[in-house]
Amino acid sequence: MNFYAFFFYLFGLVAIASAVAFVTRKSPVAAALWLVNTMFSLAVLYIMLDAQFIGIIQILVYAGAIMVVFLFVVMLLNLGHPSEIADIKGLGARLLAGAAGLALLAELLVVVRQELPDLIPAPPAHTNVVNPIAAPLFTQYLLAFEITSVLLLAAIVGAVVLAKRRV
Amino acid sequence: MIVESLFFSAVLFTIGVVGVLTRRNAIIVFMCVELMLNAVNLSFVALSRLYGMTGQVFVIFVMTVAAAEAAVGLAIIISIFRHQQTVDLQNINILKG
Repeated sequence: MNFYAFFFYLFGLVAIASAVAFVTRKSPVAAALWLVNTMFSLAVLYIMLDAQFIGIIQILVYAGAIMVVFLFVVMLLNLGHPSEIADIKGLGARLLAGAAGLALLAELLVVVRQELPDLIPAPPAHTNVVNPIAAPLFTQYLLAFEITSVLLLAAIVGAVVLAKRRV
Repeated sequence: MIVESLFFSAVLFTIGVVGVLTRRNAIIVFMCVELMLNAVNLSFVALSRLYGMTGQVFVIFVMTVAAAEAAVGLAIIISIFRHQQTVDLQNINILKG
């Protein structure tokens, strides 16, 4: 097993183990920190898959911005009471969820097992990594890009209106 | 490494689904949704090695939608908490007839 494959499997397993820890932690803060760990491992996988720009954006946007908002809300709501923390559903619901999860996993693995085409050649190491993403984003997908800006504007207005106290 | 990435993605997505089904804290349910979006992003990035850069462009869009969803969703949670003093999904049933 070479160096690349070892670290690829290592970070993939770290991501999955952190995700399991995230789902099973009782405290919301501990869960959020495990989720941050999953996101960092995923960023490493992105970089190893030759998507360096996406890997950095993953750390900046997900681990740096979205999870901070989550932690901030957890802090703001002050969910420290034991009744608030013990929030995992009963045994029946857990068994049902486990069965649904196994069925979904089997289904996904069957889908994944199909034949894949060959790799397209990776770009040479010293080319610009942002340009290949930016070019289609601002030409072929320009309309979708502009619509996302409207979406973000609506989200900002919606968040402010929903979260503010009644005037 | 593509097949392994798709495998990791499937496992992470399943963990997210099980989390949504088993947890009652609305904030943790939201974080599970973020985990599912991340799993899909991993698939997109892996398949962009086979089908070209479109996959990575879509990852950018998915991240934008995730950020918007987190902002609005957490605002709704804060608003509900102000009314009900809880974020337990068992107790949030104001839309029930």
